[in-house]
Amino acid sequence: MKNSKILIAIMALMFVFLIGPFVVIIISSFSNDAVMRFPPRGFSLQWYEKVLNIQMFQTTFWMSLKTGLAATFTALLLGVPVAYTNVRFRYPGKNVLELFFSSPAIVPGLVIGFSLLRFFIYVTQVPILLGLYLGHTAILFPYTVRVVSASLRNFDPGIEEAAVSLGSTPLHAFFAVVLPNIRSGLVAAFILAFITSFNNVPVSLFLTGPGVATLPIQMLIYMEYYFDPTISALSSILIVLTVIIVQAAEKLLGISKYM
Amino acid sequence: MSFIELTNIDAGYEKGKPILKDFHVSVEQGELVSLLGPSGCGKTTTLRTIAGFIMAEKGKVVIGGRDYSNVPPNKRNIGLVFQNYALFPHLSVYDNVAYGLRRRKVAKELIPEKIANVLKLVSLTGYEKRLPSELSGGQRQRVALARSIVIEPDLLLLDEPLSNLDAKLRDEMRAELSRLQHQLGITMIYVTHDQVEALSLSSRIIVMNEGNIEQMGTPEDIYERPATPFVANFVGFDNSLTGTVRAVQKHRVTVEVNGSSFVSTRVTQVAGGLSPGDQVALFFRPDDTSLTDEAGENTIAGEILYVNYQGNTSSYALKVDQESIRAVMPGRPMSGDTREIRMRIDPEKLIIERV
Repeated sequence: MKNSKILIAIMALMFVFLIGPFVVIIISSFSNDAVMRFPPRGFSLQWYEKVLNIQMFQTTFWMSLKTGLAATFTALLLGVPVAYTNVRFRYPGKNVLELFFSSPAIVPGLVIGFSLLRFFIYVTQVPILLGLYLGHTAILFPYTVRVVSASLRNFDPGIEEAAVSLGSTPLHAFFAVVLPNIRSGLVAAFILAFITSFNNVPVSLFLTGPGVATLPIQMLIYMEYYFDPTISALSSILIVLTVIIVQAAEKLLGISKYM
Repeated sequence: MSFIELTNIDAGYEKGKPILKDFHVSVEQGELVSLLGPSGCGKTTTLRTIAGFIMAEKGKVVIGGRDYSNVPPNKRNIGLVFQNYALFPHLSVYDNVAYGLRRRKVAKELIPEKIANVLKLVSLTGYEKRLPSELSGGQRQRVALARSIVIEPDLLLLDEPLSNLDAKLRDEMRAELSRLQHQLGITMIYVTHDQVEALSLSSRIIVMNEGNIEQMGTPEDIYERPATPFVANFVGFDNSLTGTVRAVQKHRVTVEVNGSSFVSTRVTQVAGGLSPGDQVALFFRPDDTSLTDEAGENTIAGEILYVNYQGNTSSYALKVDQESIRAVMPGRPMSGDTREIRMRIDPEKLIIERV
């Protein structure tokens, strides 16, 4: 009994530790102070109004959204066949390759961003927008491979074989039988990858440039000049949006088991 | 030529490491043949080679006179039933069963009737709209059966189809399978590690071990006259003693085990070729033994280590000639503290194998 009380206390502490910053941000976003302060001394919605009036936030929001969607789609398109190959087949060097696929998730983002800039963007002179899209695709790819792999591992390969024995080619079996059944995994991979892209700072830092910025980069730039609760208001909006999307996906598809 | 002929097959999961080596088997049309053996014996490899999921590195797979060795599994008209049912989770019972018909481009107007017929055959009429997750294990396996027989396959392969079901359902499904086989006359190859299943269903049993066929025969052959120590052990001849052949007559072999004389009148394939002086193993089932005080032919001295009460029977752990022996006798455990007894085995219950 005593032990369980200690465990509950640790749990509660962890919970406060995790949730605390969000609570502080959300509360401070309703402040009427011109500087970020906690606890706030009065209530106002002026910072939300300001967020909506700053043109750069809107432009970069759409930029982040488009980059995120495009990179996520591409990473999924590449990730599904790679995940499938890794889960279903044995081949020499598979472990090394698996490690390689997950490396962008292990190597610090700054290193990836810098390497991409130095050894890819400079060398090939691709347009900034294209570089940003390709860079994001590269960092999202390991996430899609991992999440899709997890859902494929949960799917009995016998079911595919049943389809083949009934006359499907392996390719047809994949589309007719495998894809519909890993739908939750695909959605989970999509959400995880999209959020990763949308929040990314270190890689975007190197891959954005004149006229091309993502929302987090714009927020960073803004914070260098202003220390008002605008960023809190913007962050609160993003937190709420994320929670709504993830909750909806969880309710509809039960994605949490693959994340 | 038989309906199914596997000749000179080398097959396995990794190239260069075949599980089946120079493997031969043939199955006649309309037979239900069981591949029986412990896990890893190659029975599933055999099944998958016939299905085409494993392409043999060497050898020939001929079904119905046609060489299938290089034909992919989706072009071999073979029905498959899996242990985990392998139903399509996102499709209704109706669509699961319709899958193969649609792949085969069966005329649309014929499909509903075919499905109605096959669902009636497996007693699942009325379940068309259910999803697999809304069915019990037994019902799922019936859907899997219906799905694989509706395409009118040349043969049906079943890979431990009953092992996920509880004991009662297993009995029911076994009877159902037997009925279906008789009704449809379809050739079936049935993989199992359960001897009761194999004995009750098969017209012929193939006992496998380490990629080789140990024995092929009718259920009675296998159960009554196991040809090798492995098969003997597998079908319940759990006890063995070793001895030396003293005399060989037609249908009668006398063996000496540490001073005691045993006569076996059950002549197996192996026992025929014995001669005096050969070292042999004597195999017998726990429930073919009896315990007695009297010395005499076919008895040997032993010591009771402990007794387990099992309701109808009692199980004795014995030490006989340095071997651990299990004996099962009807009734309650013998009263008294007797530890030194004699164990008797009837001459017709004793089989002899060369070691």
